[in-house]
Parts: sequence; structure tokens; C-alpha cells
Amino acid sequence: MTEINGHEPVLHVHDLRYTYPDGRQALHGVTMHVNHGEKVALVGPNGAGKSTLMLHFNGILKGTTGQVRVDGMDLVKDNLGVIRAKVGLVFQNPDDQLFSTTVFEDVAFGPLHMGYPKDEVQRRVHMALHMVGVGDFAERMPHHLSVGERKRVAMATVLAMDPSILVLDEPTAGLDPRGRRALINLLRGLDATMLVSTHDMPLVAELFDRMIVLDGGQVVADGPTAEIMADPALLEQHGLEAP
Amino acid sequence: MHLHVLDQYRHADSPVHRLDPRVKLVAVLAFILACALTPDGAWLAFVALALLWLAVTLVADVSPGLLLRRGLIALPFMLAAVTVLFSISGNPLLVIPLPFTDHTLAITDNGVVRFFTIMFKSWLSVLMALLLSATTIFPDIMRGLRGIGVPNVLVGVIGFMYRYIFVLGDEVLRLMRAREARMARGPAGQKHGGTVFWRARIVGGMVGSLFVRSLDRSDRVYNAMASRGYTGEIIWPDKPALHGADFAWAGAFLVVLVVIELWARLL
Repeated sequence: MTEINGHEPVLHVHDLRYTYPDGRQALHGVTMHVNHGEKVALVGPNGAGKSTLMLHFNGILKGTTGQVRVDGMDLVKDNLGVIRAKVGLVFQNPDDQLFSTTVFEDVAFGPLHMGYPKDEVQRRVHMALHMVGVGDFAERMPHHLSVGERKRVAMATVLAMDPSILVLDEPTAGLDPRGRRALINLLRGLDATMLVSTHDMPLVAELFDRMIVLDGGQVVADGPTAEIMADPALLEQHGLEAP
Repeated sequence: MHLHVLDQYRHADSPVHRLDPRVKLVAVLAFILACALTPDGAWLAFVALALLWLAVTLVADVSPGLLLRRGLIALPFMLAAVTVLFSISGNPLLVIPLPFTDHTLAITDNGVVRFFTIMFKSWLSVLMALLLSATTIFPDIMRGLRGIGVPNVLVGVIGFMYRYIFVLGDEVLRLMRAREARMARGPAGQKHGGTVFWRARIVGGMVGSLFVRSLDRSDRVYNAMASRGYTGEIIWPDKPALHGADFAWAGAFLVVLVVIELWARLL
């Protein structure tokens, strides 16, 4: 197990394999980790298994073999509730993430299910909405918000749970340049450990010191962004492009 | 792209808007119950109920004309009652011979009374429900439903329906636009849009693809819920306390309803 400064990584995945119910194998032995305070990009072509991998981090999907550990805890049934609070998973489409009739109810959903009392839920909702810069949205309805606003609220829904690691699936997809820029600034300002899956290579170069390249259900590169970006042959081989 | 049709709320600062949603829901349900209990042919009672509706609408600062127009949406459903014209026994008013048979259909006087009674009952009920949705934002209606003890699962399902009908509606609009964009006319001036069967097949395909997309989406939504700790029971924020004004309004409204109903039976 990789240990940095005597701490266990926030997220540790070892030899994870997963086969879809239809027999298609999506993950072929993924091994990776994310340390405390790191901001890591997860890149790879469509169908590389990025989203499937992310669904394993909090036990939505269960690998056929392999191990997932979050904050030193094994991902087993008894830990599921705690691990789901520790892994803040934000889905690509905010219309999937925001399922309540008001923004408040949506952001309160996580804290309420963690069993916090009313005052604490209020405090967390307030804090999370302010963190993403939409402090006065509590009573708005999701279908009245723009895509950029919905993405922010979607982040708030997991920030309210105070996760150990933020896991974001394609946060800049579908945003216009201004919305994208606002989101990048938001990500830069967040003092959180995060793993971000994206196709947005300029974003990776700008924000992430480390990147993991996933292709064909395997980690094919893992290292400093500057090094991997400087290897056009490797990028091209896996359907990627340097910015 | 938005289905504005479904956003019925009209903002104003009226006593009706300020009422607690639980009180409004109970009042609307009581009104609908009163409509249903009003005896056949008690026309004056229906006029009284209509005046009660009008009074609340005016207090709520909502245009009665707007609600009357929206009320027309219920008309096709009311026509389902057309069979009572023939099926209630009474003195025949009009006898219609059925073509190609020896049988006849008779419209009876009792049938006509029942038909118009049903029309008034449904129309008034719809108008009052429209007034509720025009003066109460949807999340408040949900809070009201929870407050009066509707099971969590049901309220949850209603909430999901409301939340996703906009998403689905947008998806339908996109599908229709994609179809429209390709409904071109050939250079030789062929018939526009193909045969009815061909078009029906296209629509069938659209419905199917919408269903599959919805199914996929429900999977993703469930994943999003499970990721935030959902284990099968929806937990809601607490409900606020009722105020004196809420009780006063509810009491007055219910008294008026009871008086109208008693009077309708004495007519």
C-alpha cells in the first residue's frame, strides 16, 4: 500500500476488475491512489471506464475482484454509509444529481440522510451554497436554473456532506466559456482533495499537478501532468491531445 | 426550452398566498368534497360554490378569467360523463334511432340533470385546484402534502414527477425539433411528410426512445441518491408551525362550505 508521510491515501484502489451484467469487461485490474490534499485529473477516451471506475469509489458498483479503500476503510457493506459521506460523487448531468423540487431540499438531502439535526443541516446547506457562490438559491427550483448554476448546486449537494474527497465526472462538459471559467475558478478555490474525470485537457494543464490516464479499463499512465503532457506519442496512442 | 404551461404559480402578496400550504390543501380538498356531495340539480348551491371560488380568487389577486381559461383543459375529461345522458332512467326527452339497428337511444330528463351536475362539480373542483396552484409554489404544495400526513413515498413520487416532467418535456421538444428539421420536401414536390403509417412509426420510435432514455435516467438518479446516503426512506426537512391566521381562514372557509351544503339539502 502506498503511504505518504505516514498517512494512508484518501482513496486506494487495488487490482479492481469489473464486468457488466451483459458480459462486457469494463475494468481490467485498475490500481491507483489519491493522497490527502491532492487534486488529480482522470483522463481517457470515451469508453475507457472512467465513469464506471468512479461508481466503484462509493460502492454503487461492486468490482468482481479487487479492493477499494477510502480513508483506510474497506469498502464493505457495514462501511457503506460512512464511505458514501466521505466520497462526494458529482455526476456529469446535473439533472441526474438534482432530483428535489427545491435547491434547499437537494443540498439538505445528504446531511439529512447522515442523520444531522435540523440546525446543523441548515448550517451545512448555507455553507455549501456559499462555497459555490450561490448563497441565495435555497428556495429556487432546479428547472429554473441555468446549466452552469445547476452544476454549482450539484457540487454544493456533496460539499454539504463535508466529504474527504470530491469526485467529479466531467465538470466542464456542456458549459459555455464563461461558465467553464467560473467553474475552473471555483475548483481552484476549493480547499479539497479531488479526483476529476474530464476530456478538457486545457483544464487538466491549468489545474492539476498530477494526472492518471485510463484506457481500455486500465491505468496506462500516472504521473506529473507536465511529464505526461510532454509525451505526445503516449497521448495520441490513447486518443488524447496535448492542449 | 421550457414547458411554461406547467408553471402555474402567479406571484402576488395576498392573504391567500401567505396562508400555510397545509391549510390551503385541506381547504381545497374540503371544497372538492363539498362539490362531490352536492345533490343533483342543486343549481343554487353550485352558484354559491362558484361565488365562494370567485371571492377567494379576487382576494388572492388572481385574474378569474385566466383560471376560467385554464379550466377549459378539463373539458375533454368531463365529456366522459356524456353517457349518463342515456343511462339514467327518467322521462325521455329525445329519442335517437341507432342506424342499421332496431334500437334507440333516449336522452332522459334525469340524465340531463345528472350530466350538468357532473359538469359543474368537475369544473368547480378543477377551478379551485387551479387557484391552489396559482397561489402556492410547488415545493409548498409538497410541504403541505407531507404536513397533512400523505405518505412520504407518495409525496416523493409526486416530487419526482414534477421535477422530471420538465426534463422529459425538454427531451420531447428536442426530439420533435430534430424530426421537424428533417421533414423536408423533395425537389419534385412529393407529398409532405410521408404517409400516416410512416409518421405513426416515427412517433412510435420517439416514444420508445423516450422510454429508454427515462429508464437510463432513473438509474442515474437512483445512483445519485444512493451516493448521498439514500437507503430506501426519504427524509424531509422539518415542517413549520401553524399561525392563528391560518386557523381563522380555514375555519371561516369550512363554515361557509358546511352552510352551503346544508342549504343545498333544504332547497
